[in-house]
Amino acid sequence: MNLLDVENLWVRFPSRTGVFDAVRGVSFSLGKERLGIVGESGSGKSMTGRAILRLIRKPGIVTADRIAIDGQDIMAMSERQMRTVRGQRISMVMQDPKFSLNPVMTVGEQIMESYALHANATKAETRRKALEMLEAVSIRDPERVFRAYPHEMSGGMGQRIMIAMMLIPDPEILIADEPTSALDVSVQTQVLSILDRLVEARGMGLIFISHDLNLVSSFCDRVLIMYAGRIVEVCRADRLSEAQHPYTRGLLNSLPRLDQPDRRLEVLKRDPVWRNADSVSGML
Amino acid sequence: MTNPAASRNQMPESDKPSLRRWLLTDTPASRRQARLASLYQGWLTLKSNKLTMIGFGILVTLVLVAILAPWLAPHDPFAQDLGNRLKPLWTDGFLLGTDSLGRDILSRLIYGSRITLYIVILVALIAPVVGLFVGTVAGYVGGWADMILMRITDIFLAFPRLVLALAFVAALGAGIENAVLAIALTAWPPYARIARAETLTIRQSDYIHAVKLQGAGALRIITRHIWPLCISSLIVRVTLDMAGIILAAAGLGFLGLGAQPPSPEWGAMISEGRKFILDHWWIATMPGLAIFTVSLAFNLLGDGLRDVLDPKDSGE
Amino acid sequence: MTAQSDIDKGRQPSALVESLVRAAKILGSIAVTMLGLLFVTFVIGRVMPIDPVISVLGERASREAYEATRIAMGLDKPLIVQFFVYIGDVIQGDFGQSRLTARPVADDIARVFPATLELATLGTLLGVVVGVPLGVLAAVKRGTWIDQVARVVALIGYSMPIFWLGLVGLLVFYGILGWVGGPGRVGIFYVDLVPSVTGMILVDSALDGQWDVFWNAVSHIILPASLLGYYSLAYISRMTRSFMLEQLSAEYITTARVKGMSEWTVVWRHAFGNIKVPLITVIALSYAGLLEGSVLTEIIFAWPGIGSYITTALLSADMNAVLGGTVVVGLVFVCLNIFSDLLYKFFDPRAR
Repeated sequence: MNLLDVENLWVRFPSRTGVFDAVRGVSFSLGKERLGIVGESGSGKSMTGRAILRLIRKPGIVTADRIAIDGQDIMAMSERQMRTVRGQRISMVMQDPKFSLNPVMTVGEQIMESYALHANATKAETRRKALEMLEAVSIRDPERVFRAYPHEMSGGMGQRIMIAMMLIPDPEILIADEPTSALDVSVQTQVLSILDRLVEARGMGLIFISHDLNLVSSFCDRVLIMYAGRIVEVCRADRLSEAQHPYTRGLLNSLPRLDQPDRRLEVLKRDPVWRNADSVSGML
Repeated sequence: MTNPAASRNQMPESDKPSLRRWLLTDTPASRRQARLASLYQGWLTLKSNKLTMIGFGILVTLVLVAILAPWLAPHDPFAQDLGNRLKPLWTDGFLLGTDSLGRDILSRLIYGSRITLYIVILVALIAPVVGLFVGTVAGYVGGWADMILMRITDIFLAFPRLVLALAFVAALGAGIENAVLAIALTAWPPYARIARAETLTIRQSDYIHAVKLQGAGALRIITRHIWPLCISSLIVRVTLDMAGIILAAAGLGFLGLGAQPPSPEWGAMISEGRKFILDHWWIATMPGLAIFTVSLAFNLLGDGLRDVLDPKDSGE
Repeated sequence: MTAQSDIDKGRQPSALVESLVRAAKILGSIAVTMLGLLFVTFVIGRVMPIDPVISVLGERASREAYEATRIAMGLDKPLIVQFFVYIGDVIQGDFGQSRLTARPVADDIARVFPATLELATLGTLLGVVVGVPLGVLAAVKRGTWIDQVARVVALIGYSMPIFWLGLVGLLVFYGILGWVGGPGRVGIFYVDLVPSVTGMILVDSALDGQWDVFWNAVSHIILPASLLGYYSLAYISRMTRSFMLEQLSAEYITTARVKGMSEWTVVWRHAFGNIKVPLITVIALSYAGLLEGSVLTEIIFAWPGIGSYITTALLSADMNAVLGGTVVVGLVFVCLNIFSDLLYKFFDPRAR
């Protein structure tokens, strides 16, 4: 069985001048794999991630035929049930640790809070577990980091803390929403390899959201390409170079390549037809 | 991931009047159109807030009443008629009753609106201008000028506002002009603070560097590029401050330090009615309601304006 | 914070020096502000069209007596010298004699200030207890009718002429309904029954165990304190709402939700934890506002506090009392500001 099935997901935002559809009828599923979602800003990729956790706040409206985790429909759950899904079964790492960590709580408090909510453990046990988790994300001096505040951390460090915090309740699915975009290039690979190692070891499903086609193709097993709220193409990551859709081709061609230097990079030309074409299914 | 601009792209073409469409366009053809369009969209936001429109309506009425006072007032606001003193509400010919000298309260309230407007306009002309000037100079010039100007601002902020106003009025003599001056004197420091903060952020921006490279001098940068950008946050602040100004003026009038009798200033009217409050409650109550209504109107309007002009504060 | 170092270096050994420098800076800024304050009061005192000599001697003093007093008061010296003499006096706590009470102004202030303190403290307490939850609720329920009600409640508070509301309140609750005590701090039969320790009747009577006096004082303070409380509630609830809205849209709130936190925890532990610091500043400002701004309330309720003291002095041209009172109120304001700054450093890990 799939870890996650999403069928016909829509995310809408009413505004004064009409309704804006951020995600328009997207379907896909996730197995024990690393699924990449690629698209430009505003393509709806982040909204898709947040909709799965039912984190779209009013006035946003989420509708879907089905969003099922292990066959249980998330859309039918009460808010209380939903809280046992969040963190415990599906978790999310966000873009910038500078903003996604609470500035007035210590790192330790935040990680412990995450564990204590789902596990019935004593305080000492929780603390030990949190320190273990910090060690697991390659933090050298966990005791010290445990007592520190987020603003005392560098970006790469913050993101590793974030990963520790989100993985400590042992979820089945992790959504990583541009987890390395805000980091220095030098620490990006380090964070990615930690993420990769942990996801692999725990047998989790990963949804990796990014605008970086190269990164996704090297890191993921399967890639969904989103444009204007729809999936325009689905393909295996190692066959990305054989992609058919003109948008994907355009994106690929607008990247500079070391093996085939070009004098001029191609500019992406958008066809209005893409916007209105049906969404491609990403179901397994 | 969503931005409002993108949402408008998807608006279905409707058969609304073309002026409206011209104003709501995403691709203005000229600066004038862009400016009018943003004004129009601001107006639409304002209009959608009922409370704001109530406040706006009250203020328009106030202005009309002040202009048309001689035609609206049923009696001479100064004419004493001791035979008709202390008449209650709904008395024939005296809708809101009469005061201890038999003057018609309604007529006095109507004429009093002129005094209120006079005070509000004068203070609104003096305080923000002084504040804007001090704040932008301090923020732009920096260094010692900044230190000294901001110290002075802090000193004025540290003063109890009403007490300072009281002391000034006492020093200069009671009267409406001095009351205005005293209120303006205590009202400018917050404007200076705001203007300085805005200037500091604007000063660092790239386009100011660009203007500098084109050879613009400090004076030109301040007057042409910094002032216009400070205006919107100042307008919000002024509107919200108006209520406080009205209340301060009324307070001075109540203490006998603002407008002098027999002037129908609302605060002074409350003060006169205070002696009769137990048996003739309406004499003090009616002008109080008038003060309350007008300052509430300013607050309602200011609150709505803030949503439009200064969205970062309102969080809408 | 740099990308290279994983953790910033801890406090340097020179932390002590640093905090001393900081303390010196704070003291310096108090000194400068107070100096400015004194300068302004001094100027007002000179500009006043009241001759200080006549105000001491009366209108019919002889020319010789006038001159002698003028010299005795130091009014023949240059203004700048007079200013420094004035500063020297103030530093020693000497604000001169009050013409009205014929006692040192400093003594008068020590007598009236506790009354204001009592009223303002109770008012701020009411404002915080009601205003903070109201503001949080309005932010959480943004755009709903609860938000609208909170908005209207606050705007009415902002718009109400407090002296008028006081009059109407007295008329209704004292004059008609008789639920509360009238003007003054206690009823006429309770005056001077308790020994003055703190100067605050509620505290003094409780210390002395005289509960009938205590309850009588409560019945007198409840109306003016509620009025001031409403006023500060309006301000505090609006600011709380605006701070909360800012925090609730922050990304770390999403993190907390992703973790599966309950809405209660998200709001009160995560978001509220982040607004404590600016909220303290707002409350301190509002407290300062009540300490200085309750002039009209004190007059309406015949409350013998510093506001009515200054005003009465002003109306009878008792300049020493006015200036002394103004300086003290200004000092309180400056101190509260600095106090809230210090709390800021205590509560916000980023400011340490």
